[in-house]
Amino acid sequence: MHLPKPWRLLFALPLIFLAIFYFYPLLSILGVSLAPEGRLDLSGVQALWTRPYLAQVLWFTLWQAAASTALTLLLGLPAAYIYARYDFPAKTLLRGLTTIPFVLPTVVVGVAFVTLFGPRGVLNDWLMAALGLASPPIKLLNTVWIILLAHAFYNAAVVVRIVGGMWANLDPRLGEAAAVLGASRWRRTWEVTLPLLAPSIAAASLLIFLFCFTSFGVVLILGGARFATLEVEIYRQTVNYFNLPLGAVLALVQLAITFVVMVVYTRMQARSSLPLNLRPQSMTVRRPATRREWLVVAGVNTLLMLVLLTPLLALAVRSLTLGADAPTLRHYLALGQNPTQSVFFAPPVEAIRNSLLFSLAAVALSLALGLLAAYLLAGNSAHNRPSRLARWLDPVFLLPLGTSAVTLGLGYIIALDEPPLNLRTSLALIPLAYTLIAMPFVVRSLLPALRGLNPRLREGAAVLGASPGQVLREIDLPIIGRALAAAAIFAFTISLGEFGATLLLYQPRYPTMSVVIYRALGQPGVSNYGQALAMSTLLMLVCLVGLLLIERLRVGDAGEF
Amino acid sequence: MLAIHNVSKAFGPTPVLHDISLEIARGEIVCLLGPSGCGKTTLLRIVAGLEQADAGQLLLEGQDLAGVPVHRRGFGFMFQDFALFPHRNVFDNVAFGLRMAGQSKAALRGRVLEMLALVGLSGLEARQVHQLSGGQQQRVALARSLAPNPALLLLDEPLGSLDRTLREELIGELRGILRQRPAGKDEPAGITSIYVTHDQQEALAIADRVVIMNAGRIEQIGAPVALYRQPATPFVARFLGMENLLPGQIVEGAPGWLTATPLGLLRSAAGPVDAAAGDSVLAVARPDAARLVDLATRAEENLVAGQLQEVSFRGSQVKITLSYADGQRLVFDLPGAAAGDLPAPGQWIQIQLDPAGISLLARSVDAS
Repeated sequence: MHLPKPWRLLFALPLIFLAIFYFYPLLSILGVSLAPEGRLDLSGVQALWTRPYLAQVLWFTLWQAAASTALTLLLGLPAAYIYARYDFPAKTLLRGLTTIPFVLPTVVVGVAFVTLFGPRGVLNDWLMAALGLASPPIKLLNTVWIILLAHAFYNAAVVVRIVGGMWANLDPRLGEAAAVLGASRWRRTWEVTLPLLAPSIAAASLLIFLFCFTSFGVVLILGGARFATLEVEIYRQTVNYFNLPLGAVLALVQLAITFVVMVVYTRMQARSSLPLNLRPQSMTVRRPATRREWLVVAGVNTLLMLVLLTPLLALAVRSLTLGADAPTLRHYLALGQNPTQSVFFAPPVEAIRNSLLFSLAAVALSLALGLLAAYLLAGNSAHNRPSRLARWLDPVFLLPLGTSAVTLGLGYIIALDEPPLNLRTSLALIPLAYTLIAMPFVVRSLLPALRGLNPRLREGAAVLGASPGQVLREIDLPIIGRALAAAAIFAFTISLGEFGATLLLYQPRYPTMSVVIYRALGQPGVSNYGQALAMSTLLMLVCLVGLLLIERLRVGDAGEF
Repeated sequence: MLAIHNVSKAFGPTPVLHDISLEIARGEIVCLLGPSGCGKTTLLRIVAGLEQADAGQLLLEGQDLAGVPVHRRGFGFMFQDFALFPHRNVFDNVAFGLRMAGQSKAALRGRVLEMLALVGLSGLEARQVHQLSGGQQQRVALARSLAPNPALLLLDEPLGSLDRTLREELIGELRGILRQRPAGKDEPAGITSIYVTHDQQEALAIADRVVIMNAGRIEQIGAPVALYRQPATPFVARFLGMENLLPGQIVEGAPGWLTATPLGLLRSAAGPVDAAAGDSVLAVARPDAARLVDLATRAEENLVAGQLQEVSFRGSQVKITLSYADGQRLVFDLPGAAAGDLPAPGQWIQIQLDPAGISLLARSVDAS
């Protein structure tokens, strides 16, 4: 777009926002961890060696992330295979269902797993009644197993999307060519398919590792006091012990490791771009032919749906039946009341209002900034080549993705509570954090649409007499409209369920839904638990509707042809 | 009507246009013809205002176009990929320029329908553009660029993305529309157009004048027939499909034009303006200049004997390659019917060249 000069300054806004609300807090963390009193003092860093507990936390964080990744691959790869190679009834629906966990807030997943596997959970109740047992047979809560399971639940979709997407577009003729040359089925897998898929499997693994490495809500809710990832430990040091310097040191360690993994990930992505002749999916899928193939397809689907859907169903059913013989809405109705034993001063329904307002503010802000950023990155030359500046900035806008929410919250607490920017008591702090977290998703949603926009369309409109403003209104916005709507929903669902940063930044008078759920879960009594269930179910439904809308709005991406 | 003065342009360190000057008269169709990368599309985009020239001037009716943004120039532009707006139907695509000009929906309706009738798409107003065939999309694009009644129509390979058969069908139709558009109140019948293409047949069929470009420079400007008859440079000759270039020396100047070449003495119908006996020249034997004659024929002019190398039958034509004395090759198109008279490859044949099919290029310009 040929904009008048002063308007081009607008494009600096996203960068200014990143500088103030991302880099400044991170630098403050660096400052506090290395020089808590204003001069260099490495005693905080030394604690990593001198306190074996911290080494344990680091070790646990690393190995649980690795184990979770392995478990996720075990669950996800067979699913990726059948979705990539076979066509079967209800495939679109089933594949859509696999993405559900991905959009669910961690508190919701935590509550769902407690509801299914907890000592008074659906499974145990059912087994005790069926077998006449006196005590719950399944003791998964507060073990590492439930953490791994929840992580696999969360990330299976990543494998199905990344590996399955690659697999689906692999030219089946490559395998056929190998077969003609005498390769057996096993050799074909080993010599052709796996090497071609290896980059995508590695990419998916690194991504999952990263997610599990910074896991917060799942570990906090399901692990109990026994388990802590770095992320959970940062939160405890900050909120429970007010030990900001140690929290900052841990955040620094986490940032460093995340950064290394991110670098490896991007390197691999760059190197893995083999000049493959990708085929449209219609050419690569077929109906299962033999009884065995049907069995494999049915078996993998059943297992997948069992793992992915039962916790969510248990949550929804329990929210209606907890403490009652017949389905009742009483836990939902209780959200509007303010019983004396409630953890908060206000009825929980106000948390819903708070969450909505915070999220809507974040949607507006992240859309405005994200749109500007996406234009900056897409480049508007006639040849639609990103400028050198854009190529350099592209990863910068992705950086917040690699930074954990708790670290961000800690950074805000350290950096934004003193002049010149004292926002500690401002209600704006939470929407600002949400905006920062949502912006990479907004930019990622908009960028392909903008880059895919044929520059000739803008030129065509300009030649026909459309001014730059008219081009924007008549061409850009209508064409990227769907992507814009998808980005808005993305930002909304992410904000609505945000947990880590919120837990550090919220003000007791203005709790959000995720905070209320977490707090209510920690309180005794059926009514608190019931409210947690009801609110989790509501949150889950909103996210499901959002997911449905996003899928509807999806403009055919490269993986889908 | 449009004057291009000394326009130059570089993309970064790569120069794409050197000092281009060209004048286009009202109602004229000018084709910019050249291989890809020769700068023809860049020149077109500079005229449209989609790119800025580094140096030079554009004058429209004497008015400098510098500082007039693309959307105020009032030109039409047809893109190679048509650039139809995917979120608008056929009617709204054609109406776009009229709407930008501030016409109301009611006022522009008649003009849109008129344009669709002109390109033969009446009744398809409500179609979505992705439902159209390639040829139909091309017509919509043409109607869209003509609807606002542009002072100048710029066409960038408008048939380039269509297949060969469709292209040949549309060449005539496009020429007809550009030439015989019903004249309005104050407008002449023809539409002033600049037409960019790399296809010589398309250019020769459509243009009043062809501008042949190579590596950012103009090689030759001329009417299609004149260009074909008298290419000015070896590049032009080769680009127009004349592969038989023979170095020679003029033995006899105008009007007889006899040139000594490796094939022997060749008689040609014309020659360069200032050339005289003794000048070095390149003799260009056009592919259609040959006629198969009996091997026994002697004592006639422009006889060439050679060994038949390849025969490629193309239906109405048969392409032959023959090698003469020192292993050089000549390529000619004979009428398809002659295929039956040809011996097997490896045998000797004799052809006679029509003097009208031989052009002489002054040697001094031989750079390639």
